[in-house]
Amino acid sequence: MRSVIIQDLGRLGYTEALSVQHEIEAELKQGCGHDHLLLVEHPHVVTIGRNGHEDNILASIAFLEQRGIELHETDRGGDVTYHGPGQIVGYPIMDLRTWKRDVGAYVRGIEQVLIDTLEEFGISARRIPGLTGVWTGDGDSAAKIAAIGVHLSRWVSTHGWALNVATDLEYFGYIVPCGLTRPVTSMDRLGVRAGMDEVKAALARHFMRVFDFTENSK
Amino acid sequence: MTDVVMPQMGESIVEGTLTRWLKKQGEAVVRDEPLFEISTDKVDTEIPAPISGILAEILVTEGNTVAVNSIVARIAAEGAAPVAAPVAAAPAPVAVAPAPVAPAPVAAAAVPAPPVPVAAAPAAPPVPVAAAPAAPPVTASVEYSGPLSPLVRKMARENNVDLTKITGTGAGGRITKDDVEGYLKGAAPAAAAPVAAAARPAAPVSAPPVSSPAPTAKTRVEPMSNMRIKIAEHMVMSKRVSAHVTTVHRVDMTKVAKARAKNKDEFAARHGMSLTFLPFVARAAAEALRHFPMLNASIDGNNIIFHNEVNIGIAVALDGGLIVPVIRNADEKNVVGMQRSIVDLAARARSKQLKPDEIQGGTFSITNFGSFGSVFATPVINQPQVAILGVGTVEKVAAVVDDGIAIRSQCYLALTFDHRLIDGALGDQFTGKVKSILENWSEEVL
Repeated sequence: MRSVIIQDLGRLGYTEALSVQHEIEAELKQGCGHDHLLLVEHPHVVTIGRNGHEDNILASIAFLEQRGIELHETDRGGDVTYHGPGQIVGYPIMDLRTWKRDVGAYVRGIEQVLIDTLEEFGISARRIPGLTGVWTGDGDSAAKIAAIGVHLSRWVSTHGWALNVATDLEYFGYIVPCGLTRPVTSMDRLGVRAGMDEVKAALARHFMRVFDFTENSK
Repeated sequence: MTDVVMPQMGESIVEGTLTRWLKKQGEAVVRDEPLFEISTDKVDTEIPAPISGILAEILVTEGNTVAVNSIVARIAAEGAAPVAAPVAAAPAPVAVAPAPVAPAPVAAAAVPAPPVPVAAAPAAPPVPVAAAPAAPPVTASVEYSGPLSPLVRKMARENNVDLTKITGTGAGGRITKDDVEGYLKGAAPAAAAPVAAAARPAAPVSAPPVSSPAPTAKTRVEPMSNMRIKIAEHMVMSKRVSAHVTTVHRVDMTKVAKARAKNKDEFAARHGMSLTFLPFVARAAAEALRHFPMLNASIDGNNIIFHNEVNIGIAVALDGGLIVPVIRNADEKNVVGMQRSIVDLAARARSKQLKPDEIQGGTFSITNFGSFGSVFATPVINQPQVAILGVGTVEKVAAVVDDGIAIRSQCYLALTFDHRLIDGALGDQFTGKVKSILENWSEEVL
């Protein structure tokens, strides 16, 4: 069985966490690294992915700054998103050549980790075909509870998912015109009061199961 | 030459979008160095160069979706014949090339299409494009950015053709092989003399006369903005969710018009903004919503959710879209407060300064299409609300009053309501209440 190092970075700035990711990525590419799962909570930050459009940031940059929200352009897939306290961000940095070698299967796998974790907390979540991420609710009341955006370089993944545990959802209002898009939700909003550590533990467990890992005691 | 292909990204992936080239055509690349990026399903992937050499040909432009294993570029091995050396000309066709502003005469003879320079074309169909005010017809050529087949790209490069000077006749205005051939036939003398531009006498180029003013391209393809996509989703979703019915009431606005006329100078002086009809209607609607809470509700499964706050959304037109900021506790505001909120929200909506809670939590909406001259329209409900009031333009009409003919100010109010929850009788009682408040306006404005 392959093993993975799971590291809880606690609360860490976006840029700082990014450099941790890059270090691990570089090692993996040089063939001397190890697959990792980083779990982290970021301070308020809005990030723009490679397919992002600035017109999806509703508030002006000056306004974001004034509210203490950082703005970052990143090399992950996907559009604009928000990270902040109460949200568990997971960065799997792994060599996908050792697991299926399939980008689509990788994304579906991450979705599965999130769905299984949520189920453990009594939340029924699902995929919506064509809309990567994890959703709760049906039909037009569907709301996104976790977002996914990944970067891949020579089959080594960076970036990952963001699961809203007790995120202040108001902050999502800064990035897309609410009422014109599908809503976001959180475990808290759905009435589930879960501790961050509890959720992290469940995520780690399901991550190892879905991606066929055993934990590497570090 | 080594082909660079769109790599196999796993069994589940059959195609990807080439999002960006990390190297330019003609640039040296080293094996394993990131060459381009593709995007599939929220995964952005860097693809490395398969060998070292010169990136001789880029066959797929950024933004195009390609199937796995299709050839996206060619790399010439180092030391190979410098075939692709003069590529430098391709990416930025400088003004060396033939035609100046209007390359009209050149292509006309052979191709029945007009020589509208694609990049500079001031939008063929009347598409209300927001951000892009059609580029002025500049002399310098612009790099062609539309979709191209590899063959056309190759022909263009080999013949040093500025593609912005060719009008495509293919699907969506795409430039075809025939278009390039036609252009070359027409432009032969000029195009064949690349560098000698300075020495070349101007005369021969402009020779062949235009046979007829050919038609412009039939279509133009432009991706929607994200806001547009979201509006589209919301509108269709609303039509699917709610049973839309619109009822229209004619309202005598004479008293309101008088109140407005009486106060408008003083209002402008005191508050620095003009007094419009909209705050009167919003004020009347807020009052009527208190009488008919069902209009201020939403549906959740088989439950009716009555909102205790009256939060009225005001539709604001933006460049290329719209947004509906919300006046909170609108029933507590007088005309002054209402006008102030409307002006403030609209201004900040246009400058992207709205806070998130200012676009959330609306319980009812008003759309003022009258400001664009519409008499009445049938608005779409702003979900999850159950009704929206459309305000038509206020105009003076000849009306029958007490069996005499009088000049009255009048407008139409159109209420679209969700028939799942609101029956026609209730919809008309509500609109009748708004009408009656407006027709019997008695509140002091200032």
